[in-house]
Amino acid sequence: MRTSKKKGLGALAAVAVLALAGCGSSTPAGGGSTAGAGGFKVPDLKPLDKLGTPEGEVKVLAWPGYVEDGSNDPKVDWVSDFEKSTGCNVTVKTFGTSDEAVQLMRTGEYDTVSASGDATLRLIAAGDVEPVNTSLITNYPDIFDSLKNQPWNSVNGVSYGIPHGRGANLLMYRTDLVKPAPDSWGAVFDKAGAQAGKVTAYDSPIYIADAALYLMSTKPELGIKDPYALDDKQLAAAVDLLKAQKANVSEYWSDYLKEVQAFKNGTSTVGTTWQVIANVAQAEKAPVEAILPKEGATGWSDTWMVSAKSKHKTCAYKFIDHIVSPKVNAQIAEYFGEAPANRKACAETADPNHCKTYHAEDEAYFAKVHYWNTPISACLDGRTNVKCTDYAAWTKAWTEIRNS
Amino acid sequence: MRRRLGLAALLTPPMLWLVVAYLGALVAIFATAFWTTDPFTNLVVRTFTLDNFRELRTPTYLGIIGRTILIAALVTVLCVVVAVPFAFFMARVAPARSRSLLLALVLVPLWASYLVKAYAWRAMLQPSGVLESVFGTTPGYGFAAVVITLSYLWLPYMILPVYAAFERLPESHLEASADLGGRPWTTFRRVVVPALWPAIAAGSVFTFSLSLGDYIAVSIVGGKLQVLGTAVLQNITLDLPFAAALGTSSVVVMVLYLLAVRRAGALENL
Repeated sequence: MRTSKKKGLGALAAVAVLALAGCGSSTPAGGGSTAGAGGFKVPDLKPLDKLGTPEGEVKVLAWPGYVEDGSNDPKVDWVSDFEKSTGCNVTVKTFGTSDEAVQLMRTGEYDTVSASGDATLRLIAAGDVEPVNTSLITNYPDIFDSLKNQPWNSVNGVSYGIPHGRGANLLMYRTDLVKPAPDSWGAVFDKAGAQAGKVTAYDSPIYIADAALYLMSTKPELGIKDPYALDDKQLAAAVDLLKAQKANVSEYWSDYLKEVQAFKNGTSTVGTTWQVIANVAQAEKAPVEAILPKEGATGWSDTWMVSAKSKHKTCAYKFIDHIVSPKVNAQIAEYFGEAPANRKACAETADPNHCKTYHAEDEAYFAKVHYWNTPISACLDGRTNVKCTDYAAWTKAWTEIRNS
Repeated sequence: MRRRLGLAALLTPPMLWLVVAYLGALVAIFATAFWTTDPFTNLVVRTFTLDNFRELRTPTYLGIIGRTILIAALVTVLCVVVAVPFAFFMARVAPARSRSLLLALVLVPLWASYLVKAYAWRAMLQPSGVLESVFGTTPGYGFAAVVITLSYLWLPYMILPVYAAFERLPESHLEASADLGGRPWTTFRRVVVPALWPAIAAGSVFTFSLSLGDYIAVSIVGGKLQVLGTAVLQNITLDLPFAAALGTSSVVVMVLYLLAVRRAGALENL
């Protein structure tokens, strides 16, 4: 009896050790690394030097609406042809927030990801993604130069991804229930009381930037220049605004179908959205409209990145090349409601004015759109006399808002 | 010898499963709770710290834990209030023929998908939904909606043990009480309730623990309500060690609850 008891304890201890070794993910061990612009370390990883034979599959992590394979709508499918021509079977997993994308990418299960600017640097710094060899992407020369080698998709001149497209986060409202039609983010902040209990907001720390953007124009004395570069005082002001907003919020969304449903049945009447959500809701006969408010907006400029742990890199490169090819990039841009990254896509859209409507080549327009970015302690707006709040502080602040 | 070998072969796989999957996971959660994260990449950094548990003691999180326990307690009470008369009717009043039909009716919702039921409540609770058109008002998404939905979801887990207890209660006990001059209320209080008590406690283990850990129904009908489950979910992507600390707190609550229930002698009724 004694011995068996001892054995049992031994087994338990062994399991505990295994569990300790296996759980969580840890910082990449040792190895060379170089400092990035924001002062963070970048692991030395090499890009792929040439394509091999396709591995037969590719696992894709994407924003909803980016990679449609016909399962949502049989007519919307830009994956099947790719599978036939390359032999790479595509499996798609969608995510609702950048935080979710980072966490899923870290499992090493996925070969490529469509990452926004608030995810890219975290993935680069943690060694989850590797640099890309842009010469292997045949469509790369056709991509707008203004999207290439930007602070959110490159470090020290090394490119970490292929631009996908860009757009703004919009203000959506029920045309029958919100009158007069709003033209300002004030509809979800200072004047949210008019729709008390019917306001919706995006459920991620990055939404703090939306409040900061609103404060940029309504409280100039705070001196916010960039909604992702907030010092302690500015962050506190944004948090206060969001706490006040919470009293009028019905629910927070990160699942886009949940937002569609909430607007359809009227539990939400006004709030932040993506164009694709407005499109889906309108297709389902919900009386909604989405506008770009006068204060400008936060937005995104997304990047396709390749996992450092990928075992299907050739398929991943071929998939990215396919996604940014003129025809497909045009289809995605129209379906999602965004500006394409490939300039030749503008000639392929079903609506000949699509690129004009979404300001694909209008840099002055996008100057008003503040792309999602990762806040770091070195102020992104160039201030050197103060320390800015980093994403950890934003996360803490967001939890505090949600739990207040 | 051969028999012992056979026994070992039979027991090893389930024991391994139990130790590795169940205890291993618990140990992993507990251990992770003592680590911290890199502020920029959100990666887990393995340096020992008690900060996560210290943070749990702030009013925000004590509030969440308290709110979650309150929801679980209300759900349990509501389930008892509905289940006892219903089980009594099933076991004592309804003709024997319809008993199996009633039992089936109680069990049928268990076979429907959890998500379908939660979304059904989301639709019923919405403005101009079923509740509003029938009763003229709806609580909307939030605390009350969560309590109602969870009570609905877990009710069968309470009815079944209570029903079994009513079935086992000998008719002669009730007659003896009446013969000795006990009025119906006295009989209920002094004969029926003590006989039901372990069954109720057993049912409450399900209703309480399932409510304590639920986050899906809460995110569907809870509006902006935060409970332990949604707080874990929110932190799991950004701060895994803190999510683990939150998870540990629910394990602690559940262990305390089970210890209390054991004193009621209910675990033999599960």
